[in-house]
Amino acid sequence: MEFVLLIFLPVIFAILVPFVYKYIKGIHTGWLVLLVPLALFSYYLSFMPLMMDGGHAISELKWIPSLGITFTSYIDGLSLLFTLLITGIGSLVVLYSVFYMDKQKEDLGSFYVYLLLFMTAMLGVVQSDNTITLYLFWELTSISSFLLIGFWYTRDKSRFGALKSMMITVFGGLMMLGGFTLLSIMGNTFSIRELIAQAPELVNHPYFTLALLLILLGAFTKSAQFPFYIWLPDAMEAPTPVSAYLHSATMVKAGIYLVARFTPIFGTSSTWIWLVTGIGLLTLFWGSFFAVKQTDLKAILAFSTVSQLGLIMSLLGAGAISYHTTEAMFALATYAAIFHLINHATFKGGLFMIAGIIDHETGTRDIRKLGGLMSVMPISFTVALIGSFSMAGLPPFNGFLSKEMFLDSMVALQHFELFNFDTWGILFPIIAWVASVFTFTYSLYFVLKTFVGQKNFEQLPRQPHEAPIGMLLSPMILASLVLIFFFIPNLVGKWIIKPAVMAVQPTLYASPEAVDVHVLAWHGFGSTALWLTVGIVIVGSLLYVTIPKWQPLYKIQPAKLSLNEGYDALMRGSEKGMNRMSRLYMDGVIRTYLLYMFAFLSVTMIAVLFIKDAFVIDMTSFTALSLYGVLNAVILVLAVGFVVFAKSRLAAIIALGGVGYSVALFFVIFKAPDLALTQLVIETVSVALFLLAFKHLPALSSHGETAKTKIVNFVVALSVGVMVTLVALSSHSQKLIPSISQYYKDTVATEAGGGNIVNVILVDYRGFDTFFEIGVLAIAGIAVLGMIRLRVSRKETTDENK
Amino acid sequence: MELVLSIIIGVLFTAAVYLILSRSLLKVILGTGLLSHGAHLLILTMGGLGGMAPPVLIDGVTDFADPLPQALILTAIVISFGVTAVMLVMAYRMYAVHKTDNMNELRGNDEHD
Repeated sequence: MEFVLLIFLPVIFAILVPFVYKYIKGIHTGWLVLLVPLALFSYYLSFMPLMMDGGHAISELKWIPSLGITFTSYIDGLSLLFTLLITGIGSLVVLYSVFYMDKQKEDLGSFYVYLLLFMTAMLGVVQSDNTITLYLFWELTSISSFLLIGFWYTRDKSRFGALKSMMITVFGGLMMLGGFTLLSIMGNTFSIRELIAQAPELVNHPYFTLALLLILLGAFTKSAQFPFYIWLPDAMEAPTPVSAYLHSATMVKAGIYLVARFTPIFGTSSTWIWLVTGIGLLTLFWGSFFAVKQTDLKAILAFSTVSQLGLIMSLLGAGAISYHTTEAMFALATYAAIFHLINHATFKGGLFMIAGIIDHETGTRDIRKLGGLMSVMPISFTVALIGSFSMAGLPPFNGFLSKEMFLDSMVALQHFELFNFDTWGILFPIIAWVASVFTFTYSLYFVLKTFVGQKNFEQLPRQPHEAPIGMLLSPMILASLVLIFFFIPNLVGKWIIKPAVMAVQPTLYASPEAVDVHVLAWHGFGSTALWLTVGIVIVGSLLYVTIPKWQPLYKIQPAKLSLNEGYDALMRGSEKGMNRMSRLYMDGVIRTYLLYMFAFLSVTMIAVLFIKDAFVIDMTSFTALSLYGVLNAVILVLAVGFVVFAKSRLAAIIALGGVGYSVALFFVIFKAPDLALTQLVIETVSVALFLLAFKHLPALSSHGETAKTKIVNFVVALSVGVMVTLVALSSHSQKLIPSISQYYKDTVATEAGGGNIVNVILVDYRGFDTFFEIGVLAIAGIAVLGMIRLRVSRKETTDENK
Repeated sequence: MELVLSIIIGVLFTAAVYLILSRSLLKVILGTGLLSHGAHLLILTMGGLGGMAPPVLIDGVTDFADPLPQALILTAIVISFGVTAVMLVMAYRMYAVHKTDNMNELRGNDEHD
């Protein structure tokens, strides 16, 4: 079966959704939508045995074959893992949204259309083997995310959050496109598989580092890494199912996917290892540190997501080290990254849903107003507790296992003796440990402040009670997965993680079985990670107890110095700056624009003439001076002077006529009788016209032009004149080919049967010119007539700004 | 002769551009008139000013002026005449409606920015 078509299944279904929403009123639209991710999930499960054997599946749909652009669905361990996450969590989120989104109040038609659009985009991102279609789907995730964040478009904050996430992720997407383009130039293919096959040659290409940086920019903006994480907290204005799905489990992991997918190409580079590990750790620390500052439940989870994504990112960076060493610790890092990715999707999805439930049942998400919900919402509390403890890295939850592996990897980093890791490496475990302490603290902060402590239900907008069972179903499934994964980590490893690790590091392993990792919950007392975890629990608990004492420290940071402030300033500044800049040169006066054009034309033309050494005067090509010619030239110059300096319009018009007649005389001197005739007649008619029109116009006036503007005008005018003269002399001196006129002279009598060559050219050889010239005159006549006769009343209300 | 003509063309262009940059609408139109004269002479000069006889077949004459530039100029003269006529009437209407020929005042209002 061509399973590439399945990528488009959600979007095809999305076409039906508005009809379903409109005509099937009795049933919540979500129930029907639920069928799509469920069907996909069960279908994709069938790929698992193939992946466990280290196989892969390919299905192609040609799009633009001449450019090598095809929709290629390439499923290997990594793609399958993400596909299962997208469809599996997608099903749970749709189920949750059926109870969360009100059938009467919300525009469910749009909601599910956006959601299904997103699902297609995400499936496309993780399955595409072609970089161009990968980019296409990548931007589609940005767009559908934009639509979903701004779902409640009547709220200012929603629109702001949607725009911000759009700006940042699309910026990253465009950078990534640049990286892909460079890659395709380097490898002469769009196929990621073929690029990976060429990886050893690509490393030495001059574009290598640039492509690496651009692709990382794409990954970092999408996965909310430092300093691009700022869009994620603002994206929390989206409906909670969206936050749970897009902004914790799937879309923000697209960047992770990108890094993992391109590790075989870039992983050998030290820049890659340093950047991915370093930025990841920085993000991990930053996110966990600022999570404790937040007072909104979803904001805490947003910062926590940022921090956890940083953790996964840093593990991927450390995993790339295994290209340089055989130390088993670094092979572990990639495994840990994939493992934590799965774990994070399960517990964070559940936590978001719980936050939504609390919002739904109490009317607020402000942690300062909440407290003591444990007794009224026991199931939510249990789920939240499981999620939080898993996030904090406590047994018996899956977060514990991946956190231990993470600590082990970071400790191992300091012993790595390449790229200066032995000097700075000691920082890695320290930052990782401190960040883990804060992670522990905000996990406690999240669950305990909400569910334990003072009950003050009077302050709440709604009287709290347990949510309906349907709404609790999805978080309960996720929470049970959190528990199950803890007890069967090696089965999960065998089915899903090892094939994925093999996909990330294909050169290192022959089969998924070769990935030599056996996850143990208990390493014995000798394990470093165990003691680090004990330290985290002790220090973290201390920090939690003393939160009121040190939380004021956050106020030390001035509001003006935050990254959000920086983003706002950039946006405001660029808008203001652009406005100011365009006002600076667009003053509405035609003279200004003409000045730009004339000055630009003449200066570039003259410069090019001399820079290219194209200016040549060849005196021998010129004809001899004639007395009449020179005399006529003097007359013409005098007449021109009169036109320019005339004080009265009559004198100016007569002088213009003088210019015209002296041009006609030139035509006589240079043997052009037809031109002379036409020029004389036209000049006469023109002067008559001028006199007619000027009767209705005011006297010539300089309208207060200052000497300075006149001098500027003159300088520009002179440079145009000089330019024309230079170009004329130079081009006349360098004729490359002889005129074709000999043909006309030879055939005018035999072919056309005429004697006046100019006339025969006009009506016979080049009759089309004449035809359309007649057209021009006709149009001019109609225009003149129209302007004189028509009197269209000026409407006052045509201005659209009013 | 081409040297003299090139300089004259330069003078015509200079004067034309100077007038076009001025604030009076009438001067702008005068400027465009000079500009078309300059362009016509430029085409003629670039075709070469040699040739002993007009391009009309007469027995015994072989050295004609180049007929092609002449045909081009003839077309250009007629077209520039048409354009000048339109511009003149447009200036007339503009003055009738707006009561000014000052280019600085004919710039739209700020609401359209």
